[in-house]
Amino acid sequence: MKQLHGLNDFVIRFANVNGSGSASANNLFAKAVFRMGVPVSPKNIFPSNIQGLPTWYEVRVNAQGYVGRRGDVDMVVAVNGQTLRQDYDGLTPGGYFLFDSSKPLPEDFRRDDVTVIGVPMTLLCNEAFDNPKMRPLLKNIIYVGALAALLDMELQVLIDSLTKQFRKNPKLAEPNIQALQLGYDYAGEHFKDVCKLSVQRCNLVGDGIIMDGNTAVALGALYAGATVVGWYPITPSTSIIEAFGRYAEKFRIEQDTGRIKAAIVQAEDELAAIGIVIGASWNGARAFTATSGPGISLMSEFLGLAYFAEIPAVLVNVQRTGPSTGMPTRTQQSDLISCAYASHGDTKHPLLFPCDPKECFDMTADAFDLAERLQTPIMVMSDLDLGMNDHYSPPLHWDPDRVYDRGKVLNAAQLDGLTTTWGRYLDTDGDGICTRTYPGTHPDKGVYFTRGTSRNEYSAYTEDSGAYIRNMERLQLKWETAKTLLPGPRIKLHEPQARLGAVFYGSSTPAVYETIESLRARGIAVDTMRLRAFPFQPGALDFIHHHELVFVIEQNRDSQMRTLLINEGDLTPHKLIAITCYDGLPLASRSLTQAMEEALAERGVLLQQLAPGQGDAQ
Amino acid sequence: MTFFRPSFRHPDLPPNEAGYTRRDYEGGISTLCAGCGHDSICNAIIQACFELGLPPHRVAKMSGIGCSSKTPAYFLGKSHGFNSVHGRMPSIATGANMANRELIYLGVSGDGDTASIGMGQFAHAVRRNLNMLYIVMNNGCYGLTKGQYSATADKGSKGKKGGVNALESIDLCELAIQLGAGFVARGFSGDKQQLTPLIKAGLSHHGLSFIDVISPCVTFNNNPESTKSYHWVREHSEATNTFDFVPFRQTITTEYQDDATEAVTLHDNSVIHLHKHPHAADVTDRRQAIDNLEDHKAQGMILTGVLYVNPASADTHDILNTCERPLNSLSETDLCPGSAVLEEINAAHR
Repeated sequence: MKQLHGLNDFVIRFANVNGSGSASANNLFAKAVFRMGVPVSPKNIFPSNIQGLPTWYEVRVNAQGYVGRRGDVDMVVAVNGQTLRQDYDGLTPGGYFLFDSSKPLPEDFRRDDVTVIGVPMTLLCNEAFDNPKMRPLLKNIIYVGALAALLDMELQVLIDSLTKQFRKNPKLAEPNIQALQLGYDYAGEHFKDVCKLSVQRCNLVGDGIIMDGNTAVALGALYAGATVVGWYPITPSTSIIEAFGRYAEKFRIEQDTGRIKAAIVQAEDELAAIGIVIGASWNGARAFTATSGPGISLMSEFLGLAYFAEIPAVLVNVQRTGPSTGMPTRTQQSDLISCAYASHGDTKHPLLFPCDPKECFDMTADAFDLAERLQTPIMVMSDLDLGMNDHYSPPLHWDPDRVYDRGKVLNAAQLDGLTTTWGRYLDTDGDGICTRTYPGTHPDKGVYFTRGTSRNEYSAYTEDSGAYIRNMERLQLKWETAKTLLPGPRIKLHEPQARLGAVFYGSSTPAVYETIESLRARGIAVDTMRLRAFPFQPGALDFIHHHELVFVIEQNRDSQMRTLLINEGDLTPHKLIAITCYDGLPLASRSLTQAMEEALAERGVLLQQLAPGQGDAQ
Repeated sequence: MTFFRPSFRHPDLPPNEAGYTRRDYEGGISTLCAGCGHDSICNAIIQACFELGLPPHRVAKMSGIGCSSKTPAYFLGKSHGFNSVHGRMPSIATGANMANRELIYLGVSGDGDTASIGMGQFAHAVRRNLNMLYIVMNNGCYGLTKGQYSATADKGSKGKKGGVNALESIDLCELAIQLGAGFVARGFSGDKQQLTPLIKAGLSHHGLSFIDVISPCVTFNNNPESTKSYHWVREHSEATNTFDFVPFRQTITTEYQDDATEAVTLHDNSVIHLHKHPHAADVTDRRQAIDNLEDHKAQGMILTGVLYVNPASADTHDILNTCERPLNSLSETDLCPGSAVLEEINAAHR
């Protein structure tokens, strides 16, 4: 039998029962690989359930730094009876099947193309530990120990991780380390050199960090000075607010009073959550909310008010699989259109597309500056994969000299210095952005009435068509100004420039780059453009104009970014080829490559066949 | 409807203690129907703010959508105002209040805006005990869309078009008491003498003050069979207690000797002197306050005045333990943990 080989290059899938404490054991394994200096990407594929349903955790180890999901699996750690069959059948030929052999495999498990490794985890665990409450957790640690032996990992790295994890409760570290050792010894003794996958210490992660996007968003908001949070619990955005709360408890306590320099208000629904943000921003605080697709639907009316009345707001949308309740614990990039044009009437909103935790941090912080500068809602478009999974990312950085851009806000002295009548909606700079005032600033100057109805330049109610159109055109001018302030696309061109281009954004990034590399290895050059913001800058549209065919790769059925490009860029639709992956799982490079191959073949572009051994892990 | 308001004021009209004249509290000209109860409420608001000597620019007025929600344009022209979306004034007020706890928040809503589309927001702003005065101008119908019944229309009430309202009505005061408001009152737009001190007390209370003001819709709901008509309310209302409101800055000049007077001291040291009937319910007792409302309802009477008062309640800021300084006044130094801390956070993620 041909076995899969892979040195620092393979995928392990853990099949667990939800709520059994497996995620922390699996994370322990992934962290250990990272601490051995090898790029790693763990993906939690979990159900909408608290306890009992099947859950998977996929860890990709890749020395080349490809940290997108790959797609197929080289090894399964099968400890969920409910899915044993599925996990066994789904394993790649040549792969490894590690299971709890306390109970023998059913007789009809007869594949001759996989290596079966049985470790009696339950028996080992029950023999060694008396506490029935601890046993399920320690059983998870036993398979981590077994993996360490099978993959030739440094056991000490895992021991150190456990010691660190339990430093506040060393009593708990002891049985965990013992369990680790049990698994390690058993596998070492019974399956020495059986597994041809291994992890070897390298120095490939540099100063990188491993963090989930939601934590990075929370830190971005913390650093940017957000003080008011309106929110309503919804997967997968909730952990942003939880993380913000934890960091606020740590870094926002007023020393002399013990009070918090933030107000985190759990609202009754998403309508109130965004209302709180708009009320606070109107009153001069930096405020944000985090939500997901259903929340966007509910917030839409208020987003139109904020657009029209010109009130800053920061909204982080951690997208999940729609429509409706969809698959709440699965990922997608399917809220582009609902966010870009949220609300009735002619409304549109700038969007930002972070691709990793560092950009989650940067773009969230920038969103506050942009929202206040542009006096309009800014949406940060994350997704479940980016938000809830740990990602290998460059470290976060904050410029110590950075000053918040609070936008065009007049204080009392500036109001006193005015020589002409002040108008809230009077564009004196020609950029479509007017000055505003906070309530309570001045006894008799700079007062205005905020409304969702049409008004003239001095914020007086009017139904005069001329005044209405002047206002709408000024908002359009502001939209043009926004293009000059938003982050530009990241373009990579071949020399000479390729005929083909690929456009993508957000969490698709690592899988796309990997696919593009593999196409290049097979003789097809594709230039790339990673979009980072909507509306599109002229440079982004130029990229499309300068390529014959452009693939638009995204994680939704209806090619929403393609629609936005065609609509906003006035582009010819047939030039833009939709490549969509929307099964709810993080984008996998192998299925993307296949989709690209098919799309190329349809247009007569043929790829060279790779010589065996040049691919991944085979 | 008044299209013109004379700008002349008697030169001897004295300013208030803070040096503002009554004119400093007026707003734009009303575009509501002539005789609309809402205009009388606006006048009471102006009068109350004038008498309290509030600096107009330190008041933020907010509203939703509807006839009542238009009114913030007609009073306190020197205050920032926010006319938001239908039924969502409470969340805007919540955010604004979180941003700056030093301003005075005056929310105006209607019975449609509060008891139907905005019911959730109303209930939760009360639960949060947001420090604001929440006034509902209650006419039992939707004026701007020409007279449909609202959720506060009484069962059996008959509108101008003759249809009988078959649905149970919602008593917003009773709900507000249940949900934890510390000051709950009911007024009548036709009784300015009672309404002005109610508004003054509501503005002085710390936490959520709720005042339901019955305000007849002269155009669509003022026929004699309507229980929200001037005629009906005059015939069927009864006040809880008569009372005097003494703002904290004012010296108490009247002495109340009789046992029937109870003084309730508010958070800002203002005092409400309640002059009780011998058998009147205790308005500082939540259960008695609710029973009192229900008893009067059973007799077909509308109870007005201070319905419930509990001066010692924790508002949203107290509950969230936010700092005393307004959050919108904090700068980078207060808010940003700095790059060295971020390095430590990076290190914890390796």
